[in-house]
Amino acid sequence: MLLLQIDTALILEKVILISVILMGSLGIAMYATWGERKVAAIMQDRIGPNRAGPLGLLQPLADGLKLFFKEEIIPDRSTRLIFILGPCLAMLTALMTSAVVPWGPDYVTETGRHITFQVADINIGILFVFGVVSLGVYGVMLGGWASNNKFSLLSAIRAASQAISYELAMGLSLIALLMMTGSLSLRDIVEQQHGFWADGYFTWNVFKQPLGFIIFLTCAFAELNRAPFDLPECESELNMGYHQEYSSMKLGFYLFAEYINLFVSSSIIITLYFGGYNFPFMDQVAGAVHPLLFSIICILVLVSKAVGMVLFFMFVRWTLPRFRYDQLMKLGWKSLIPIALINMLITGVVILWIFNK
Amino acid sequence: MNIYDILFWVLSATAVGCALGVILSRNPVTSVLFLILTFFSISGHYLLMNAQFLAIVNIIVYAGAIMVLFLFVIMLMNLNADVEPQKGQLVQLAGVISGGVLFLVLLAAIKTAVPVTVDKTSIDIGLIANLGKVLFKDYVLPFEISSVLFLSSMVGAVVIGKKEDGVAAKADA
Repeated sequence: MLLLQIDTALILEKVILISVILMGSLGIAMYATWGERKVAAIMQDRIGPNRAGPLGLLQPLADGLKLFFKEEIIPDRSTRLIFILGPCLAMLTALMTSAVVPWGPDYVTETGRHITFQVADINIGILFVFGVVSLGVYGVMLGGWASNNKFSLLSAIRAASQAISYELAMGLSLIALLMMTGSLSLRDIVEQQHGFWADGYFTWNVFKQPLGFIIFLTCAFAELNRAPFDLPECESELNMGYHQEYSSMKLGFYLFAEYINLFVSSSIIITLYFGGYNFPFMDQVAGAVHPLLFSIICILVLVSKAVGMVLFFMFVRWTLPRFRYDQLMKLGWKSLIPIALINMLITGVVILWIFNK
Repeated sequence: MNIYDILFWVLSATAVGCALGVILSRNPVTSVLFLILTFFSISGHYLLMNAQFLAIVNIIVYAGAIMVLFLFVIMLMNLNADVEPQKGQLVQLAGVISGGVLFLVLLAAIKTAVPVTVDKTSIDIGLIANLGKVLFKDYVLPFEISSVLFLSSMVGAVVIGKKEDGVAAKADA
């Protein structure tokens, strides 16, 4: 098959990259569950998990093992196929977003070969993220409906309407950012934020779009179903939420997908607003060390920034009380969308009058 | 048979198969899921024609938003296979006749259509920058008119969806 000739080295490179990213997100999500319990414990003046291994570090493994050995129950009156499809979709959409995140700058080998630390640099990168996020709600919706349980159904409906409402404000806040960057590719957006300080101002977008960042962050909380917007799984009203009827590893998939989403969306927020893999004095560091080492430093910078963001999400969860459902809708439609529109207008005026592009 | 053709036939088969699944499945939720798959394969066709923006917007708007609302309504109304209303013989006959007429019109339209060749080698035809330039330079008036139309329908939806004054006052009290 001459027509199917493909660069095998590229395929190998991408397969390795994809496996590393998947394993990395799974590993970080695993330890995010441990981190969440520790953060909660510290904030509530408790000790937290401390039985399995030193500092309870083996707790995620023990939890996973427990979920695997639990009895698998599929409710009698459920729609069987869709019931199984639900957690699969949740996991799939959680893992898909990481494909467009640029994890580090290109590394050029001695033979002149470019190795990119990004699975796919597509020119509609941020829209791809949006597409996957908008599909993410299906996992919750289908799982909740197929369970044939009224609490699950109510929770699924809450999740869907919450996701749709906050996607609008999220998109509008991003438009202001995209008006500045002039590109939808995440790689371009990161490269425009090179270093930390240039031409007498910060290069990171959070300093150029503070209002847009706050709106985006609020919407990210709602899209992730995290407190204070965790209404789809609010125990006091809905028992457990959309995964009420799930047991064993299917429940594990739902819980795990949430933590993968948390890490991936943190890295997207970092990429968009906090300079991605850029850091202050990066040019001096690039001159001093081997290019491969520099790429690895950049990747580590991005991951540690993202972990910092995950910690912020956790602090907020254990600080703020949950919103009421009508308050959530009021905030989304009557506050965030008008503010995002005004932000867009201001950005447009500034770009046209001051920078005269 | 190169990779383009293989992808084209696979996507076409998926699109037609899923579209058949939409109308043949008994359960409305399964129908919606098949329709989502149909949108995905159509997006794949857009990608083959280098229209990346159109492909992703198709997924965001149709699969991501409109189909969620469809699913929403179906879940709330709790439609099941056993409560599906059975149509009378006369209605079925009318449906067959009108469907046949539509098919005839489509056939006539396709017969006179001139085949368009897509330039598969140019990679920037469907990019968002070019699309934006076309929309805001060449077709700015139709674009603006259609956005005003959307705005007015949105205002209309809000007015219809709003509670009547008496009801709202009672709810507040």
